[in-house]
Amino acid sequence: MLRTPAAIAGAALAALMVVLAVIGPPIWGDAAELVNAGAILQGSSAAHPLGTDNLGRDLLARVLVAGRYSLQLALAAALIGASAGIVLGALPSVLPARAGRLVTGAVNALVAFPGLLLAMFTAVVAGLGARGAVLGIGAAIAPGFARLTQTLAASVSGADYVAAARMLRVPRHRILARHVLPNIAEPLILNLTQALGGALLGLAGMSFLGLGVQPPDYDWGRLLFDGFGRIYIHPEVALGPAAAIALAGIGFNLLGDALARRAARTPVRTPRSRQERPAAAADAGETEPGAVLDVAGLTVTFPSGVTPVRGVSLSVRPGEIVGLVGESGSGKSLTAAAVGGLVPYPGTVSHERLRLCGEDVANLSRKQLGTSLAMVFQDPMASLNPALKIGGQLAEVAVVHQGATREDARRRAVDRLGHVHLPEPEKQAARHPHQLSGGMRQRAVIAMGLMGDPKLIIADEPTTALDVTVQRQILRLLREVVEESGAGALFISHDIAVVGELCDRVVVMYAGRVVEELPVDRLADGAAHPYTRALISSLPDMDTDRALPLASIPGRQPAPAEVGAGCAFAPRCPLATGRCATDRPALEAHGHDHRVACWEAS
Amino acid sequence: MRRPLIRRLVRFAVSLAVLVLAAFAMIHLIPGDPVRASLGPAAPVELVETRRAALGLDLPPHEQLAAYVSGLVTGDMGTSFLTGEPVTAVIAARLPNTLALALLATVVALLAAVPLGMWAAVRTENGRNRGTEATFGSVTSAVVAIPEFLYAIALVAVFAIGLGLLPPAGKAGPESYLLPVLALALGPAAMIARIARVETLRVLGTDYVRLARAKRLPAARLHLRHVLPNTLTATLTLGGLLLGSLIAGSVLVEYVFAWPGLGGKIVEAITQKDYPVAQGVILVYGAIVLLVNLLVDVVLGVLDPTSAIKES
Repeated sequence: MLRTPAAIAGAALAALMVVLAVIGPPIWGDAAELVNAGAILQGSSAAHPLGTDNLGRDLLARVLVAGRYSLQLALAAALIGASAGIVLGALPSVLPARAGRLVTGAVNALVAFPGLLLAMFTAVVAGLGARGAVLGIGAAIAPGFARLTQTLAASVSGADYVAAARMLRVPRHRILARHVLPNIAEPLILNLTQALGGALLGLAGMSFLGLGVQPPDYDWGRLLFDGFGRIYIHPEVALGPAAAIALAGIGFNLLGDALARRAARTPVRTPRSRQERPAAAADAGETEPGAVLDVAGLTVTFPSGVTPVRGVSLSVRPGEIVGLVGESGSGKSLTAAAVGGLVPYPGTVSHERLRLCGEDVANLSRKQLGTSLAMVFQDPMASLNPALKIGGQLAEVAVVHQGATREDARRRAVDRLGHVHLPEPEKQAARHPHQLSGGMRQRAVIAMGLMGDPKLIIADEPTTALDVTVQRQILRLLREVVEESGAGALFISHDIAVVGELCDRVVVMYAGRVVEELPVDRLADGAAHPYTRALISSLPDMDTDRALPLASIPGRQPAPAEVGAGCAFAPRCPLATGRCATDRPALEAHGHDHRVACWEAS
Repeated sequence: MRRPLIRRLVRFAVSLAVLVLAAFAMIHLIPGDPVRASLGPAAPVELVETRRAALGLDLPPHEQLAAYVSGLVTGDMGTSFLTGEPVTAVIAARLPNTLALALLATVVALLAAVPLGMWAAVRTENGRNRGTEATFGSVTSAVVAIPEFLYAIALVAVFAIGLGLLPPAGKAGPESYLLPVLALALGPAAMIARIARVETLRVLGTDYVRLARAKRLPAARLHLRHVLPNTLTATLTLGGLLLGSLIAGSVLVEYVFAWPGLGGKIVEAITQKDYPVAQGVILVYGAIVLLVNLLVDVVLGVLDPTSAIKES
């Protein structure tokens, strides 16, 4: 719970303040009240490190003693604020809807209102002194607590047990008292520390203005008020109370932050495990002449030692659509990200060969990469920048990489939008992404890829988030774009049926490796790897007997960290032999344009 | 677009009405006779009676409220018990100084904090540079935790008294703004920097930034054009709300620097029981806070094209 250094420091400071509040008055109480007419208004000296006040009393002792009163007042204000806030926050769930909304509205209006203003209001009404200040600061804390209670209560109200209680017609106040409040008590209590810190600083501020604690009582704020008047002659007399307020403020805030965060139950990061060298890449194969994409031995490793992509080799020829299929977790999307140079930190990419149009990607400039590589992602709702107009987002490729003027770039953007069959491209270019439908946005993203001179289009599940009829249109558009531009495309999908329809060649991945690569016309009856065959046979068709359960592959794909020495598919494979468990089969030629990694392939 | 704006204006009007009511009620909530409380037990009965009559406290409450509201409309907020000056004149003389301080501090805080937060986010994205992340986190939370009046006192002690570089108090030349603005801006700046970092991290993880990266845009263009606008909604909302609390914080800072603004005046008015001035200044402070919140919402509606949809 107190894992970070900041939280530990906060807890230590807060504990120190509590200890001071307990032992301060009994130990230094007498010294703090000792009037010494011979030592009034002194600066720092050996006898009085922080000087003396106008009655010759030792200021260090007074600072140490004042801790108790400061903390007591802060606690009182925090408790008043929290109780009032919890009542205010719970009211809307008990009151009739209309009255509840009124309370919510009032709370929302008050939350934005600075606490000090409320405190000054009560100071006027209740008169100067600790009582008015405590009431005021309490009133200032209440709206925040009310808001918190509402939020927490709303999250609990959605729970099944509350729904069940409601179904049983349990009265609302009873639901609140029995089901809601006990379940939100912990976060509320944890947030009290933050409120305590806020109250302490607020009260110090009020006393410092002379609006809070009045003599002969004194808290830190009052001591600072007295010391501030003498700051020109003896700056050190202000130092003690200022330091006390600052330390207490920091302590309770840091601790409060940590506790509040715990209350919000943010997941805790797991520590990084040892670094592991990327596994040696395998099966480099030969260079494919004329290919737009030529990859060999592509490996992606994370510092924890996990290697989700292991020595992948594949190629895409101009005008060809290559489907990359596999279950989620097979490493297909990460392979695409690695080709596009978009693997997130701290992943590292190594490869024997990674060439775009025959050129090593390391030698390609940003401009070449930016114009020759187009990417399309899964969710068109998320892949356009909501703050920028469609036209502008398209045009910038031309402006940045091709040195086009804004006007030329805009004209080209409109032209590209028309090219992907967006109706009224001129109008769409002037719109923001949220004004377009999902299918239209995916067209706009494809048009963005066409702004340059794309050689390779990487489409990572581009139709998964779209509904079926729109899917079809987008697939047709992709096909059209590839045929027209002569670019190659890498089409990532988990749907082998879609791949079978759209692609020329299929690459099947399993647990980070390519297990089979074959022309699409052989997919239906020429697949050699048992995994590919299992994928095909799990597809229902018109002749599937609906009385039988749908075919599925028993077991599950191993996680990247679990992959052993043998064939990763062996545990699920009906053909597996002893050799499969210990020796991994290499990807080898299996007829024309067909490669497979299996000992038992036939 | 229109509808949320109208709803927002209605909410503002209601809040303002409640505020005026509260300011009016303030004097009536004071236990006993406010005039007697103000003048003290030794004051002659005639003086108390004259004051009561001048304040209209002899009238029935609804007539008093009507008089108070019509006074506000014509710019009459009563006269100071202490100096006999019209409250409106007192406020008019001091309000510009307070606003100058608060606005400057807000601008300084935003200009310093947004780039700092973005820088921290870019450096700590996906958990790289854990050291920077930890330092940023603890420094900003410590800076947030220290109240502005302590900064003010420390700045006075070091730069005005210790080094003698800057004036310790009062409003003279441009240099007299330096310390108060700094004292006011530090806390909000740390707060905004934290939010800006979190928001930037969120935006950096989105698909549209991934796509922008795939377009190989230069870092400056990526961050300024694609990331920054999408972080501003939350950052400005918070910045606006902080301006509200900054106005309250300015009371303390003005007090430390003997700044000729509303802050010093309200402290004096409350301690001296000069109720008309206290009432007027609190009303003005409250109205400023409401106005700032309204402005933040309107500006957001213009800046963020999707917020209009979210509201409806």
